[in-house]
Amino acid sequence: MSILNGEEQSEAESTVESPAEPADPLIELSDVEFGYTAAPVVENISLSIAQGEYVAIVGPNGSGKSTLMKLILGLLRPDEGSASLFGEPSHTFDDGARIGYVAQHASASKEMPITVREVVKMGRFPHVGFGMLSADDHEIVDEALATVGMSDFANRRVTQLSGGQRQRAFIARALAGEADLLVLDEPTVGVDAESVDAFYDLLESLNDEGITILLIEHDLGAVTDHAKRIICLNREVYFDGSTDDFVESDALARAFGTAATVMGET
Amino acid sequence: MHVELFTLLQAGPLDTALAPLYWFLSLWSDLLFFVEGVTGLEFLQYRFMHRAILVGLCIGVMAPLIGTFLVHRQLALIGDALAHTAFAGVAVGLFLNGVFSLGVSPYLTAVIVAVIAALLIELISEATDAYNDVSMAIVLSTGFALGTVLISLNAGGLAVGINQYLFGNLSTVSAENAAILLVLFGIIVATVGLTRNQLLYVTFDETAAAVSGISVTWYNRVMVMLTALVVVGAMQIMGVILVAAMLVVPVAGAAQVSKSFTQSLLVSVVLAELAVLLGIGVSYYGGATAGGVIVLVAVAIYAVSVIVGKLQERASDDSVPELGSIDSTEA
Repeated sequence: MSILNGEEQSEAESTVESPAEPADPLIELSDVEFGYTAAPVVENISLSIAQGEYVAIVGPNGSGKSTLMKLILGLLRPDEGSASLFGEPSHTFDDGARIGYVAQHASASKEMPITVREVVKMGRFPHVGFGMLSADDHEIVDEALATVGMSDFANRRVTQLSGGQRQRAFIARALAGEADLLVLDEPTVGVDAESVDAFYDLLESLNDEGITILLIEHDLGAVTDHAKRIICLNREVYFDGSTDDFVESDALARAFGTAATVMGET
Repeated sequence: MHVELFTLLQAGPLDTALAPLYWFLSLWSDLLFFVEGVTGLEFLQYRFMHRAILVGLCIGVMAPLIGTFLVHRQLALIGDALAHTAFAGVAVGLFLNGVFSLGVSPYLTAVIVAVIAALLIELISEATDAYNDVSMAIVLSTGFALGTVLISLNAGGLAVGINQYLFGNLSTVSAENAAILLVLFGIIVATVGLTRNQLLYVTFDETAAAVSGISVTWYNRVMVMLTALVVVGAMQIMGVILVAAMLVVPVAGAAQVSKSFTQSLLVSVVLAELAVLLGIGVSYYGGATAGGVIVLVAVAIYAVSVIVGKLQERASDDSVPELGSIDSTEA
């Protein structure tokens, strides 16, 4: 299965490797195009991500990574093509508990007094709606805190945490929601190197348990060390395949280094 | 005593609807007369003070309750914008009464106009994809301009009473206005009680809330409408110009000293009640405008909170816990 279209196909065919064909893809985009104005930010995007994959979407700044993420999550509707999540059209998908989301700047307000436990409890909100958290919910929250090694920080203010600790807290929130899919938007920006390693170890062990991981990253080094599949984006998909193939391919140079000339040719 | 109150106020359909609340107000009065008898506090001998205190206590709960969600979304000034549109609503009510002798409560027209303005601000921000201080400034000045124009058109009858709306006044809290406030209070507390999870999630992390299936748009609308209700309710005592302070100052103080969100909600209510009660007391004995005194007390409490917060920070720095290991394979 090739996911590239038109003129890109012949150029990149040898580098494209299809993932194992899934029975029921978690995420499926076909011929998606989207623009905030007339000019598309992303176009010709077709991709499919199966349960249990560990995928990174990489690309230079302004390549449409965050837009693509919003399309996948149903926060934006494609102008052309279709996007589906857990088999439903993304924009009507409403079982939010199945998705955990970790943002780069996850805290809305730097001054907001809120504890790690209160943040992790939010993961249960899609399950309880207007109701109160039950004893079981609290137990799940405690387990999620333990899983990311933050039990001792449960009653700390989020504002007192380091970048790495904060991101662990947000992962715990996703775990408390018992999410099947974890979407992380440049999660390690502003996190010190040692914490970054621990952070990726955590993602890897979660992936081993069957949680699907979708990582949106600018930092290529981290991605090639950890993700199993890479989708390289610069308005269009330049590469979609295994990490090993990506490292050997010239997709990197085309999407990042000499993007201007490539785009000039197309 | 009860009969007097009833015959005085059972004029219109609104009064019939509010009758149970008048009964509650008279019970409240009896309670404070009793407190006066026990403590000998001189200012408790007036019924208007009883109503003012009740209104003040309600403000002390609902303003920081809503303000907590606003402040942590950097929307502190939306209260100010809505207060000025509520002023336009008051002017509309006074104008209708003056010209057509409708006899509507200016507070009810204020509720209607402020809620419409709140939705307008929200729709503008949805259309422009951000809360925009320009749109807020436009709504604020439009509200105040409309208010002053309506008042000047009908200057003879209106200008006299307008100060009580601008600066608030303890002695003009009528039984009807107190009853309207109790209704607003009920709506606000019940709505926040029901939607607290969603409001917190949207306040803390809008994108994650949207991903988790919460309709951010709808909860933002709920939030601004509740803000409009708080502003109108609190306006009686605080006045248009100072009402926004009660949404912001106690919340800012609580944020300095609180460790958790729940705690910050409780602390902000306590600080607001402290400011309201001290403010009403001081203004009675000092003969000053209650709204102004309440805000000055609140700001003083805020200053103390900042110092206490800094001291707390210094005291807790040496106790950093160990980061646990990641044990997801065992989980």
